[in-house]
Amino acid sequence: MKLKKFNFEDAFYLFKKIRSTEEKIIEIYESDVIKSPVHLSLGQESIAVGVALASEKKKDVIFSNYRSHAHFIAHGGNYKKMWAELFGKETGLSSGKAGSMHLGDVQANFIFTSAIVGSAISEAVGYALAIKLKKLKSKVICYHGEGAMDQGTFWESLNFSALKELPILYVCENNGLAIYSEQKKRMKVLDLCKKVESFGVHTIRVKNNSTENIFKCALKALKKIEKNSQPIFLEVNTYREVDHVGIYEDFKLGFRKKNKQKLLKSFNELNFLKKKTKNFLQIEKKINKEIVQALNYSYKSNFPKIKYVELNVTKE
Amino acid sequence: MSQKNKFLINISYADAILNATKIMLKKKKNVFVFGQGVDDPKGHYGTTLNLHKDFGKSRCFDTPICEESMTGVGIGAAIAGMNPILVHQRMDFLMLAMNQLVNMASKIHYISDGKLCVPLVVRACIGRSWGQGAQHSQSLYSIFAHIPGLKVIAPTTPHDVKGTLIRAIEDRNPVIFIEHRMLYKNKGLVPNGYYKTEFGKSRVLSSGNDITLVGISFTVIDCINAKNLLVEKSINAEVIDLLSIQPLDMSKIISSVRKTKRLVIVENDWINCGISAEIISRLIESCSIKFKVKRLGYLFTPCPTTASLEDNFYPNPEKIAKISYEMVTKKKNWVPKKIETREIKEFKGPF
Repeated sequence: MKLKKFNFEDAFYLFKKIRSTEEKIIEIYESDVIKSPVHLSLGQESIAVGVALASEKKKDVIFSNYRSHAHFIAHGGNYKKMWAELFGKETGLSSGKAGSMHLGDVQANFIFTSAIVGSAISEAVGYALAIKLKKLKSKVICYHGEGAMDQGTFWESLNFSALKELPILYVCENNGLAIYSEQKKRMKVLDLCKKVESFGVHTIRVKNNSTENIFKCALKALKKIEKNSQPIFLEVNTYREVDHVGIYEDFKLGFRKKNKQKLLKSFNELNFLKKKTKNFLQIEKKINKEIVQALNYSYKSNFPKIKYVELNVTKE
Repeated sequence: MSQKNKFLINISYADAILNATKIMLKKKKNVFVFGQGVDDPKGHYGTTLNLHKDFGKSRCFDTPICEESMTGVGIGAAIAGMNPILVHQRMDFLMLAMNQLVNMASKIHYISDGKLCVPLVVRACIGRSWGQGAQHSQSLYSIFAHIPGLKVIAPTTPHDVKGTLIRAIEDRNPVIFIEHRMLYKNKGLVPNGYYKTEFGKSRVLSSGNDITLVGISFTVIDCINAKNLLVEKSINAEVIDLLSIQPLDMSKIISSVRKTKRLVIVENDWINCGISAEIISRLIESCSIKFKVKRLGYLFTPCPTTASLEDNFYPNPEKIAKISYEMVTKKKNWVPKKIETREIKEFKGPF
C-alpha cells in the first residue's frame, strides 16, 4: 500500500455528499417516490469516510448491510444508479430489484449488502478466502453493527478468518442499538474488542472518532492486513441520529434520551472538515449539481418492464 | 465422447463421486472441496478420500462445525470466482444453513440483477437404516425445490452421480446435490473420463406398459425391486428415476402415464407438501390424460431409531408392488413376498 495522508478536501466532499444525499432523501421521502424502507446513516458518516479514504479503490472489496448509503457513496459506488435504484427504476444498480437495503456495484467492488443482520459477514470472509487462494493482494472490508455480534454467524466467521489468516477488516459501527434495544439488554459482556481478541484476532478500538483518526486507524489496520494476511477488528462508537428505519427522529418513543452533544457530533465534524477545506464552496456546488443530476436522471428513467420480473433468477 | 470415455469402468457410487471431483479439480483450478471431515482418514465415505494429499490442503480442507457460516464462506468464495464444493455428512445438517441457502445463495443473482453468480455445490447425504434416528435420516429435498434460484439434484446410479456432479460443478448457480447413504457401495458402469449428465431430465431406467413407478434417490431402488416382484403377476412396470428435482422434468412422466394410465410416486421423504404433489398437479394442469395415482413415502412421523419401527416407516418394494397390483387388477388378493433390500441388509454403520 502507498503511503497516504489524510486529505481534508476529499473527506469533506464525501462527508458532505453522504449527508446531503440523506437530507435529500428525507426531503422527498413523503412524496413517495422511493416506496421502500430506508435505513439512514446520519450520524455515522465519519466511519465510512475515514475507512474509504484509507482503502485502496478498485482493489479492496466491500461488504455491508442494509444501512449502507454512507458506505456506498464513500467507496465510490455509481451515484446516479444508486438514486435510480432507490426510485425503483430500470436504470438503477439492479433495475429496481434491490433498493436501498441491497445496494451493490460490482464495478466499484462494492459487492453485496444484506438486509438480514450479520448475514453477509460469512460471505465477506469467503471472498477473503478466495483472495488468499488466488494469491491476490486485495483486502475485504466488512461493515457491520454491534447488533450483528449478537448472531452466532459473526463468531463463526471471525473464528474461520482467524484460523485461515484471511485478509479482512471488520468495521464494527457500534451505535449501541438494535432497532430500539440497547446493547446492555442484549449482551452480558459489553467489551467487544476483548471478546474478539479471545478469538485470536487483533483489535483496534477507535476512541477519538474524528474522521481523521478513523482514517489513521483504518490505514494502519489495512497495511497490517496486506502485510501479514490477517483479520483485524476495528470498533468505532457512533450515534444513530434518526430512527432505525425511516426518516424521523425516534426520541419521542421514549426508549432513549436525546443526547444533544452526540446528536451534534456529526454536524460539528462536517463543519470542522469544511473549515479545513479551502474551496468548500466549489465542492458544495459540485455536490449539489451531482444530486440534481442524479435526481433528474432517476425521475426521467422508466420503471422496468413487467417481463423483467422473471429475468436473472438463475444464470443460464 | 472423447477417446478416453470409450472405456467403461465398474465402480461404486462413492468412487464415482470421488472420480468426478478429481476430474474437476484437475480441469478447473478454482474448484475446491471443504466441509467437516473431508480430509479425515475416512474421507466422507471415500468420496473425498485423500484429495488433500493429491491436490493440496488449499483444495480440500476441513472446517469448524458451523454450517451457516461455512455456507456463507462458500457463497462469498463463489461470488469471487471460485467453484466451492461444500460437503455435509447429512441432509439434516443443512437446516443450520437455511439462512444462507434460502436468504442469500438463492437470491444474490437476482438482487444483483445478474451481475453476481453463486456457483456453489452443496453436497449432502440422506441417511437411512441401522439406527439413524430422527435427526440423521431426513431428505427435505422438497423444501429446497420450493425456493427460486436453487437447483436440486438427487442421482441414484453411479453413472448419473458422476455426470450430474460434473454438471453441478460447472453450473453457475447454487446446486443442492443430494446423495444417499444406502447408495454409496452400489456399483455400476461409468465412463472413465469427463462427461456431463444434464439437469432437468429424468431417466427411464426400465420400460413397461402397465404402470409408471417414479422413484427419487434410494426409492428408485425400491421401485426396481417392486418391478421384479410384479413380474410374478405378469405386470410390467415402467421405472423412472426422477433425478432432477428442480428443474423438474415432466416430459418423461407425461409420456409414460399417457401409455400406462397409472402412476405411483414413491417419495424418499414425507408425502405431505412433497414433490409428488407437485408432479401430480403439473400432470393435471398440463394434459388431459385420465390416470390413477397413488403416493407412497415416509410415514408422517419422525424417523424412529429401532429397526422394528423403522421398517414400517419407510416405503418398500412390497408396499409398492402391492399398491401397483391393486391399481392394475382392481383386486386385493395378492401379498407380495417379503424381500430384504440388499443395501439395507448389508449396512452396519457405524454412521
